[in-house]
Amino acid sequence: MSTATLFGLCGAVLIGVGLYGLIVHPQPLRKIVAFNVLGGGVFLVFGVIARRGAGAGFGGDPVPQALIITGLVVAFAATALAAALVVQLARRTGTVSIAEDAGARESPP
Amino acid sequence: MSVAAPTPGGVLLAFALFVPVAGLLVAMLAGGRRSEQVAMAVMPLTFAASAAAAWRVVAHAAPLEYHLGGWAPPLGIALRADGLSAIMMLMTAVVMVVTAVYARADFRTAPGAPETRGPFTFWLLLIGLWAAMNAVFLASDLFTLFVAMELLTFAAVPMVCLDGRSEQLTAALRYLLFALLGSVLYLLGAALLYGVYGTLDIALLAARMDGAPTALVACSLMTAGLAAKTALFPLHLWLPPAHAGAPAAASAVLSALVVKGSFFITLRLWFDVMPRDVGLAAAQILAALGAAAIIVGSAVALRQARLKMLIAYSTVAQIGYLFLMFPLAYSAEHGGLTGGAALAGGAMQAVSHAFAKAGMFMAAGLLYAALGHDRIADLAGAGRALPMSVIAFALGGISLVGLPPSGGFVAKWLLLSAAVESGQWWWALVIAVGGLLAGGYVFGVVMRALALPPAPLVLQAAIPRRREAAALALSLVAALLGMTALLPIDVVHIGRGSP
Repeated sequence: MSTATLFGLCGAVLIGVGLYGLIVHPQPLRKIVAFNVLGGGVFLVFGVIARRGAGAGFGGDPVPQALIITGLVVAFAATALAAALVVQLARRTGTVSIAEDAGARESPP
Repeated sequence: MSVAAPTPGGVLLAFALFVPVAGLLVAMLAGGRRSEQVAMAVMPLTFAASAAAAWRVVAHAAPLEYHLGGWAPPLGIALRADGLSAIMMLMTAVVMVVTAVYARADFRTAPGAPETRGPFTFWLLLIGLWAAMNAVFLASDLFTLFVAMELLTFAAVPMVCLDGRSEQLTAALRYLLFALLGSVLYLLGAALLYGVYGTLDIALLAARMDGAPTALVACSLMTAGLAAKTALFPLHLWLPPAHAGAPAAASAVLSALVVKGSFFITLRLWFDVMPRDVGLAAAQILAALGAAAIIVGSAVALRQARLKMLIAYSTVAQIGYLFLMFPLAYSAEHGGLTGGAALAGGAMQAVSHAFAKAGMFMAAGLLYAALGHDRIADLAGAGRALPMSVIAFALGGISLVGLPPSGGFVAKWLLLSAAVESGQWWWALVIAVGGLLAGGYVFGVVMRALALPPAPLVLQAAIPRRREAAALALSLVAALLGMTALLPIDVVHIGRGSP
């Protein structure tokens, strides 16, 4: 098994674990962590694609690396926003739950 | 299709993107007291750039193209506006400007009053949303589309919780989690496509697409991710609390524009990236989900006790219509999705829903402000107290139902004729039933609003005429948009290879 295949499989496992966590766990904080695991898997897969130099034919392809860095920034910003929302929610309600009944409340202007 | 050269006038596209982003930065530095003034200065400029770009595309019947920094794709980033982008940019520009007129009363900092977070955030987010929408419409590669889509999400989620109440925070968090799942699936699909074809440029990808299994997996992942962001049934659960809970001006742009952003990317993906490889079966799945959205969304809307929740569920249903176009645009002789009546119908549906829904949410916000509640059962007398708002709601509703001469009528007519022409009569049935259900919930509200109140109505607040006029203007556009079908130009297909 080549290194690229090994890393690719690792990425696939991370994506599976992250996706499972994001869908199954009810707590927002766990979902946020799962999102980051999932994102890590995607970036790893992208990195493996860069290592293969797919399409371009040389040893390492710099384009996916640039894309990964942009993706990391986006994922970081998303995590920060989600964490800020969780903190605000905890301050106001004392719990962090996004349970189903939330949608049934009054709709304000 | 190969990489196109920059066209004269392409710099207009850069302005449509650069002006709101620059405005965002200036407004951030200027602080809460001046963010409204900055927005008032930036929005007309952005409107002018968007309208000029759209006009050039239509007048020359050719797409505009601009290469940032003079670097050609695939290494550089190109901005490209075809007919579809032009329509969407114009739609966004009109809804944004009218929303700003409407929102000034809600998000104003009086001279001398202490600076508050609400107005500051709202105006920043509104300009940011516009920049992100334009980026979505102009991007010409899948990664720029990803970044644009993320900008859109980051601007839209805080719009949901502007007042900071706990149920708004819950709705915003759910929205964000759905959106994040969507974006990471999209990114994974993009990575796989890059792995197979070595490019993310839409034109280059379309030329290299060969139906490899990896490409199909990639496109499925991206479509699933985009469906979560567009709130396609059964991934719609985040939408009603998020859109109904936001302040009215925010609800209007969220429901009218933001869901169209991820839908537009779905269109790009299905029509431009994989035109030859998509099977009719895959398109039928999308349409089946759309049909379920129409039926379930409309049925749940009928049972809502509150006006804003009703409008939000109606958005779920109307999004369903957008997805009906995919199998209807399938052409057996081309072996893939082509434009034609189905694409024109889908575009018309997106635009007319944007105007109608923005007008309806604004009207609902005014009714709430005047009556102090939005319980549909207690709306009696509203028709006399706020006639313009009730008319705005009704005119928007006419477009949702699909009565002539509204945009919704032309959209449904085009989709119906495409369904009959391609022998897929079952979608015609769904369109008809959806129209009936929409008639039920719209006229249910209008009838109650026109009824005589048991006791004279005491208004909680005086509603300025200007705000009612803003809502009415948008609804009126939706109700008369069908007239554009008489124009002798075929804007939707500008810049598309085969009709």
